[in-house]
Amino acid sequence: MSRNAQNDHLTRLEQTSIHVFREAFANFRSVCMPWSMGKDSNVLIWLARKAFCGKIPFPLLHIDTTYEFPEMYEFREKAKVNHGIDLIVRVNEDAIRRGIGYATHDPVTVTHELKTVPFKAAIDEFKWDALVTGIRRDEDPTRAKERWFSPRSAEGNWDYKDQPPEFWGQFASTAPEGGHVRVQPLLEWTELDIWEYIRRENIPNPTLYFSRNGKRFRSLGCHPITHPVDSPASNIDEVIEELKLTKTSERAGRAQDHVGRNSMQELRAKGFM
Amino acid sequence: MNTQSVSQPVSTPSLSVEDHRKMHVVVVGHVDHGKSTFVGRLLNDTDSLPNGKIEQVRKNCAIEGMEFEYAFLLDALIEEQEQNITIDTTRIFFRTKQRAYAIIDAPGHKEFLKNMVTGAASASAALLLIDAKEGVMDQSRRHAFLLSLLGVKQLVVLVNKMDLVDHSESTYQKIVAEYSVFLKTLGLNAVHFIPIAAKHGENVVARSDNMPWWKGPTVTGALDGFAHEDDLTGLPLRLPVSDIYRFDERRIIAGRVEAGAIRPGDELIFQPGGRRSTVRTFEDWPGPETRSVVGTGGSASVTLSEQIFIERGQVASHPSNQPRVGREFRARIFWLGKEPLQTNKTYRLRLLTQNVEAVIAKIEKITDASTLESKEGSSVPRDSICEVIVRATRNIAFDLHHECPITGRFALEESGRIHGGGIILAAVSKSAAPSGKVTAGERTARSGHPAAVVWFTGLSGSGKSTIAEAVERRLFDAARNVIRVDGDDLRISLNRDLGFSAADRSESVRRASAVAGLFAGTGHIALVTLIAPLAADRAKARATLANHAFIEVFVDAPLAVCESRDVKGLYAKARRGEIAEFTGISSPYEAPESPEVHIRTDKTSQDEAVDLVLSAIDKVLQGKGDDWEV
Repeated sequence: MSRNAQNDHLTRLEQTSIHVFREAFANFRSVCMPWSMGKDSNVLIWLARKAFCGKIPFPLLHIDTTYEFPEMYEFREKAKVNHGIDLIVRVNEDAIRRGIGYATHDPVTVTHELKTVPFKAAIDEFKWDALVTGIRRDEDPTRAKERWFSPRSAEGNWDYKDQPPEFWGQFASTAPEGGHVRVQPLLEWTELDIWEYIRRENIPNPTLYFSRNGKRFRSLGCHPITHPVDSPASNIDEVIEELKLTKTSERAGRAQDHVGRNSMQELRAKGFM
Repeated sequence: MNTQSVSQPVSTPSLSVEDHRKMHVVVVGHVDHGKSTFVGRLLNDTDSLPNGKIEQVRKNCAIEGMEFEYAFLLDALIEEQEQNITIDTTRIFFRTKQRAYAIIDAPGHKEFLKNMVTGAASASAALLLIDAKEGVMDQSRRHAFLLSLLGVKQLVVLVNKMDLVDHSESTYQKIVAEYSVFLKTLGLNAVHFIPIAAKHGENVVARSDNMPWWKGPTVTGALDGFAHEDDLTGLPLRLPVSDIYRFDERRIIAGRVEAGAIRPGDELIFQPGGRRSTVRTFEDWPGPETRSVVGTGGSASVTLSEQIFIERGQVASHPSNQPRVGREFRARIFWLGKEPLQTNKTYRLRLLTQNVEAVIAKIEKITDASTLESKEGSSVPRDSICEVIVRATRNIAFDLHHECPITGRFALEESGRIHGGGIILAAVSKSAAPSGKVTAGERTARSGHPAAVVWFTGLSGSGKSTIAEAVERRLFDAARNVIRVDGDDLRISLNRDLGFSAADRSESVRRASAVAGLFAGTGHIALVTLIAPLAADRAKARATLANHAFIEVFVDAPLAVCESRDVKGLYAKARRGEIAEFTGISSPYEAPESPEVHIRTDKTSQDEAVDLVLSAIDKVLQGKGDDWEV
């Protein structure tokens, strides 16, 4: 493919995402962006800075499960300074006191307790009416049904059977009573787009994505349940070349997705991203 | 540790494809005519499924004792599999050797029309399936009507389930003949009719051995022949304002170029309102280089040469080629709301970033999307198409759909939810070309903000003029039309003939009201500073100015404080008996009982006082966007 065609494609994705960011900021009273420090999240930060001319005009939220890779904490502190991030960190201390953890509990329970519960508590605390997520339609079949602006009820539930129509750039502009709207600027991007954009824009990312001793992480989550893939790709160019050829799904290394037949569906109906 | 290997490719078309840009294709048709099966088969046959996906679905089917179907590949949600219909717009990516596609498996079930609209509105091309055995059905027609309304022009009709009619050419030809006639009445033309059997992959990617009579393309062959949607860069500039950013000293107009292109140095006109300014810079991050032009689809961050009033919703264009400005137009609407669309009911009209109240002034005809028969009526039921007159409560900027599609279409919202959309067929002439007396609404539209009268009352020396001057400065710098009507100035001009008697004071209040009214009539915010000691006179002023927002500001300071200030030496004169009937000394001051703003200047700093007044003004002008922050 010619470099121009690729740039056109990435620029089109970028410009649409910027538009989604701006419409969200103009429409909602109080916006927040959850941040996992993963590659999609870091692309979102970059796009937000482009959308708002250098400044991110809303806080970022890190739900710290306490099971992040050590490198992620270092990355977080550095990025926080470099991007001028107003960062809120929340941990479900109560669940940790109750001994919830990967050594003793199944991944769906731990994900729910250490991610979804503190996430909902933070929404209750700060009363955000819009949350920017890094969800992409190509990640998982349930995510393929997402909208740019996706209303969630007060309980965080997603009424995917009765979603508002979305056409001609008109998004759902009001959050349900007590609920919020998920804003999803990366909906149209693929994993490959993300990496090609990271390369084009030179966006900083954790080095866990690159091969060490023949293994690399393709998707990052809690370390006990996130497995590396066999891969020699040790830099961005090699990751991109590898992705062009792979047919394994991106989240194959994320154990919580694969516990039951519809585990992702169950997690998401309960408010997981 | 559990590791997974990255498999080697078989024959996946790689990204060496020249056209990397994804084409959006929507799949529509009557319920059970085989849409999901078709898409599942297409993914399989183009080798676009992740490894193990088919095996996983086959296994799940076996567990639940069901026969495997290609449709299950898409219907990943439990509920869907139970109902065996697709419930929402699924977007799936696949590639042919030519290019990448995003295919939208739109549902066919009648009550889910809104999802089909969502899918079709973003599609460049449509595949419409018709069951060869069942023939043209209600939704085969209804969906084509919607496609024509949504502006999807590239259509391929797939005559599916050919295996159930013995791959008969005459059955295929009969459907082609019948459906072509219907499409013609909509002004639509199918690029191809293709006979397929999706279940067996016949004529999807590979040619069918069972239909040797078919010489036309396969489905992927037809898709690869489609063009991307029209490029709108050649159209006149349309840049709707999304927001105004003031995160630092810069004032940045943010918006997406919906048509045309914009460059630094371009003169812009913002409609409605008609204010003009010139593009100074693009504030692109990270810089330092910025773009020299932003074309259609690009997000712009613009600073202007002049500080003119701008708000979200206005549309910037070049003065030589502006959108229409008006309140009334004729439109063709599709209505998806549970409640019928009705006249004399208020909806929110959303056109680009404009969001105004509107009513359906008249329903001209309601069309049955299946039979195309029209009838009259006063309410439009769900999933219908109609022609109506839409009347907005204030001016909006728009184009006719055939001139510029993107500014010629709109959504209708009720209770925060979009229930319908429409395309603009014609402006209703009286609003498009205003004539006769210039109305207050037109003046407000031009000044870009509502008018108001702010009346500062209080003793001489209480601080009325000082606060009013500071308020004026802040409003002026925020590009508002603002003017002070100062009692002392009037005393040496218009009120030269008046003294300090009660009667003269009443007359002075009357004249000041009249002057303020004239200014407000031109769309200004008039700041009146006049002692106006008598409650009855002030009430009269308020009544006279009832057509405008009226804010009474009581600038309150104890007499002793005012007298100690005595900037103009009037208290001294009054004490010496040189001014008869001086308010506070020899004539009463009736303090307002319920002023909109009450400022104790002996207890409040000037900055706080100014903020109090500005926030009261903001409240009057509320709902007008962030730019009202001053």
